[in-house]
Amino acid sequence: MNTPLDSCVIDRLRATFRSGVTFPEQFRMTQLQNLLSLVEENEQLIQDALHKDLHKPKFESVLSEIQITLNDLYFAMENLRTWMQPEYNIGKNLATRMDDCFIRREPLGVVLIIGAWNYPLHLILLPLVAAIAAGNCAILKPSEICQATEQLLAELIPKYLSQDCYAVLCGGAEDTKSLLKNKFDHIFYTGSQVVARSILLAAAPHLTPVTLELGGKSPCFIYGHIDIQKAAKRLCWSKFFNTGQSCVAPDYVLCTAQTRDALLPALRETLRTFYGPDPGASLDIGRIVTPRHWRRLMDMLEKSKGKVVIGGESREEDRYIAPTVLVDVQESDALMQEEIFGPILPILTIESLEEGIDYINRQEKPLALYVFSDETSVVTTVLNNTSSGGFCGNDGIVHMALPGLPFGGVGASGMGSYHGRWGFETFSHRRGCMNRSWLLERVNVLRYPPYSDYNLGWLRWATTFKKNSWGGCSVM
Amino acid sequence: MEKQAVQRAREAFLAGRPRPLEFRVQQLKSLQRMITDRQGEIATALKQDINRSQYDTPLFELIGLENEISLAVSKLAQWAAPRPVERNLLTISDQAYIQPEPLGVVLIIGAWNYPWALTLQPLVGAIAAGNAAVVKPSELSEYSASLLKALLPRYLDQELYPVVCGGVSETQELLRQRFDHVFYTGNSTVGKLVMEAAARHLTPVTLELGGKSPCYIDKDVDLRVACRRITWGKFVNCGQTCIAPDYILCEPSIQNRVVEGIRQTLLEFYGPDPKSSPDYSRIINQRHFNRLMTLLEGYTATVGGQSDSSQRYIAPTVVKDVPPQARLMQEEIFGPLLPIVTVSDIDDAIHFINEREKPLALYVFSSNKKVIRRMLAETTSGGVTVNDVIMHYTLNSLPFGGVGQSGTGRYHGKHTFDQFSHHRACLVKSLGLEEVHMVRYPPQNHQKVRRVRLAMRTPLVDFSKGTYIWAVTASIVALGLLVALTVILILAAGVSCTCL
Repeated sequence: MNTPLDSCVIDRLRATFRSGVTFPEQFRMTQLQNLLSLVEENEQLIQDALHKDLHKPKFESVLSEIQITLNDLYFAMENLRTWMQPEYNIGKNLATRMDDCFIRREPLGVVLIIGAWNYPLHLILLPLVAAIAAGNCAILKPSEICQATEQLLAELIPKYLSQDCYAVLCGGAEDTKSLLKNKFDHIFYTGSQVVARSILLAAAPHLTPVTLELGGKSPCFIYGHIDIQKAAKRLCWSKFFNTGQSCVAPDYVLCTAQTRDALLPALRETLRTFYGPDPGASLDIGRIVTPRHWRRLMDMLEKSKGKVVIGGESREEDRYIAPTVLVDVQESDALMQEEIFGPILPILTIESLEEGIDYINRQEKPLALYVFSDETSVVTTVLNNTSSGGFCGNDGIVHMALPGLPFGGVGASGMGSYHGRWGFETFSHRRGCMNRSWLLERVNVLRYPPYSDYNLGWLRWATTFKKNSWGGCSVM
Repeated sequence: MEKQAVQRAREAFLAGRPRPLEFRVQQLKSLQRMITDRQGEIATALKQDINRSQYDTPLFELIGLENEISLAVSKLAQWAAPRPVERNLLTISDQAYIQPEPLGVVLIIGAWNYPWALTLQPLVGAIAAGNAAVVKPSELSEYSASLLKALLPRYLDQELYPVVCGGVSETQELLRQRFDHVFYTGNSTVGKLVMEAAARHLTPVTLELGGKSPCYIDKDVDLRVACRRITWGKFVNCGQTCIAPDYILCEPSIQNRVVEGIRQTLLEFYGPDPKSSPDYSRIINQRHFNRLMTLLEGYTATVGGQSDSSQRYIAPTVVKDVPPQARLMQEEIFGPLLPIVTVSDIDDAIHFINEREKPLALYVFSSNKKVIRRMLAETTSGGVTVNDVIMHYTLNSLPFGGVGQSGTGRYHGKHTFDQFSHHRACLVKSLGLEEVHMVRYPPQNHQKVRRVRLAMRTPLVDFSKGTYIWAVTASIVALGLLVALTVILILAAGVSCTCL
C-alpha cells in the first residue's frame, strides 16, 4: 500500500459523497442489509479467521463478534428512519414562536475507521454500521496483527458493499501514518494511548474531529455483603473472556483481606468448572495474539512481586498463559503500571472502601469500573466518588452489550462514544436550523438601529427565558 | 503563574467543592448578579474596546448570557439527574442509565468580538456541569479582559474559576498544562494549534471557529425585508461577528435591487454619515483595519467605501459583481465589507457553496419552499437561518457549533452542559437470575450458543412510566371485558334455564 493509491481511493470516495448518493434512507438501508448478509452468510469463514488469529473459541466468536454486530445492525435498521428525522421538539421563546426550529442530522463526509486486534470484527464493523447509517463514506483500516481477519474483510467488504463508498485499506504502522496525512471528516480509532496521540496530532492540521476508544486499568471492587460464588463466576467470565484481551476486562481486584480469602477458593472452583483441571487443554480458552504480546505479559509476571496463587503456567510455542491470580500486589508492582490485557488478575487488599476509591482516583480515569456488592451504599459511594467511561455493578463487560448505553472512555481512556444511536450521532453533524417567518416584521423592527431604550425593553421581554412559561402569545 | 492557577483549580475540584448542585446554582446566581450590577462598567469597557453602542451590549452580549444563566439555574437538577435508557429482556431487572459527570478542570479561551458572551456563556455550562474552569479572555479586547479579571474573583469562587490574562506566550503556557477539556472560540489557524496542544494530553476540544457564511437571495422574495434583515446582521458590531453573512449570492437580475435595498436600509439605520452614528462600531485594532483595507484594494465600492484610519472606521461597504477569485472571497471577511457574487441559479449557488469549506452559518432568503428544501438538503453548515440572519444563535435549544473547518462540538443551553460533561454509561445488576446467565459460561456447547444468541436478540423495550401505565390499563380493560363477556354468557345460559 502506498500513498498515491490511498489518495486515489479517498478522492473516489469523496467524489461519491459529493454526488449525494449516500444520503437517501433507501441507500443506507440497502448497504446495512448487505452488511448483514456479509456477516450472516460468512459466519463460518469469520469463525475460522478469528480462530486462526486469536485461537478464539467458537462461543466467543459468536457472542462477542458475530452476534453483537448483527444486533447492532438490526438495531440500526429498525431505528434508522427515526434517527434520520429532523428533531422538531425543541423549546422556543416568544420571539421565535412563529418560526420553524429544528435540528438536522447530516453526514460528515469521508470517515476513517481504524480497527483493533482484540475483537477484529466488531471493533471495525460496529463503527462502520454507524458511519453507513449516518450517510457517510468510509475507509476501513483493519488491524494488521490479525492477518486472517484483515484479509477476510478486504475480500468480503468490496463484494457486499458499494465499492464507490466503502473501501478497505490494509497495511502496517508506516502505512497508517501516511494514510493519516490525508484529510478525513472524522477519524474513529480503537487502540492504545500512544498511537491515539499521534492520530490526534495528525488530525489537528485538518481540524478533523476524532473518536478515541482507548483503554486503561479497569478496577473491580468486591466489597461488603456479596454472594462470593456468583461474583467469582461473573468475575472469571469477564476477566478471562478472550484470554483477558478486552479493553473493558476487569484489570485488577480491590477487596479486603477477608473477602480475598473467601474469593480465592471460589475462583479456583469456577476456573475448574469453566476450563477443567488443565486450562491449556480446554477448547474454551484462547491464546495471546502474538509472541511479542505474550513476551510482554510474561515479563510483567516475572517482574511482579505478588504471589501467584492460581495458575501461572505458560507455553511459548502456542502463546498460552493459564488464567492466573496473584495476591499481595502493591501499587508499585510491575503489574500495576500499565493495562494488563491478558489472563492475569492481581488482587490488591484494601482496608476500607475509601482507600480503594483514593487509589483509583490517583490513577488515570479507566474505561470501565466494576463493583460487586449487595449493598446499595457501596455501589453509590463508588459511583459518586469516581469517574470512568462506563460502569457495571455486579457483572463485567455486559454494559457494552446494551445498545441504549453509550460506549466510550473519558480522560486517558478515550473521547467520544458509540453503539446504537450514539454511533449515529458520532458520525453526524447536528445542524441547528431556524426557518423564520416573514410575518411579524413589525416585531423585528425592535432590533434595528437607531437603537432606543424603549425598543430594548420590549426586546428583552420577548426574548428573556421565563421560568414557568406557559407558552402563551400576548404581545403579538 | 498559569501553572499555579491550574493547580489550584484542580485541587479545589478534587476536594469536591463544585460537586453539590446548590453550590453550582449559587455560583451561577452570583454571575448573574455580576452582570446586573456591573452592566455600566461592562458597557464602558466595550465602548473602549470596539466602540460598541450602549444598546448593542445588552442586546448582543448580556441578554443571551442572562437567559443562559436562568435556564441553567432552573434546569440544573434535571440536566444533572441520571437519564434512564431502554433495556432488553436480559437487563429487565437492572438499572440502566447515563449519569452526566463533571470532567474536571476545563480551559475556556474567549474571543474579542463579543468578549463577554463568548467567554462567559461557555463558563455558565462549565459551572453547571460541575467543573473548575480557567478563563482566558482575549487580549485584543483588553479593557474587557482587565475588567473581567477584576470582577470575576469578586463574585465567583477564586480558586475554581481563575481568570488568566495575557497574550500569545501566556496562552501557550496555559496550553502546555493538562486540562480535561479545552473550549476555544476564534480562528482556525489558532484552532489547529489548540487542538495540537490538547492532543499531547489526549484532551478533547470544542472549537468554535468561523468561515465564509454564504447568504443566498432567491429572486422570488420580498427584497425589502430581506435586505433589511441582512443589513442588520452584516453591519452589527461592524461585521465582526462569526456568523455574519459574509457574502451574498444572487442572480444578476436582482443584484441592483439588492444593492438599493441595502443602501436604503443603511440610511434608515445609521443616517447619511455612519461615522457619526452612536450605533455603529469600529474595527478592533489597526492590524485588522489594515487587513480589511487590503481586501478592498482594486475594487470600487458601490455603497460606502470611506474609511478613517485614526478611528479605525470603515463605512458599511457593498461591492457588486465580485469575481470568485477576488481576495475578498478567499478568507473570512470579519468586517463591514459585503461582496455580492452573481450566480446563474440555485444549482450554481449550491455548487459554489459546496466547492468551499463548510461554513459556520448558511443563510437563504426565499418564499419558495422547494428552494429552501434544496438548499438545506444539498449543502451543510454549522447552522442555518432561513429568511433572516444570525437568529439561530439566539435560540438556546438549538446546538450552536461548526462542522469541518468551521469547528467541532456545540454549545448553548443544555448543549453546553452536555459538552462539559462525561456521559457515564451505568448498568447496575443484581446477582439474581443467575440461571439465565449460566448460558454464557464455559464449558460451551451448541445448545448454549443457540440460547445465548436468542437471549441477545431480544428487542429493547421502553420501560418508561407511560408505557407501564398503558400496559396496566390495557390489561385491566381486557380483563374487565373478559369478565363482562363471561357474566353475559352465564346470564344468558341462566335465562334460558329459567325460561324452561
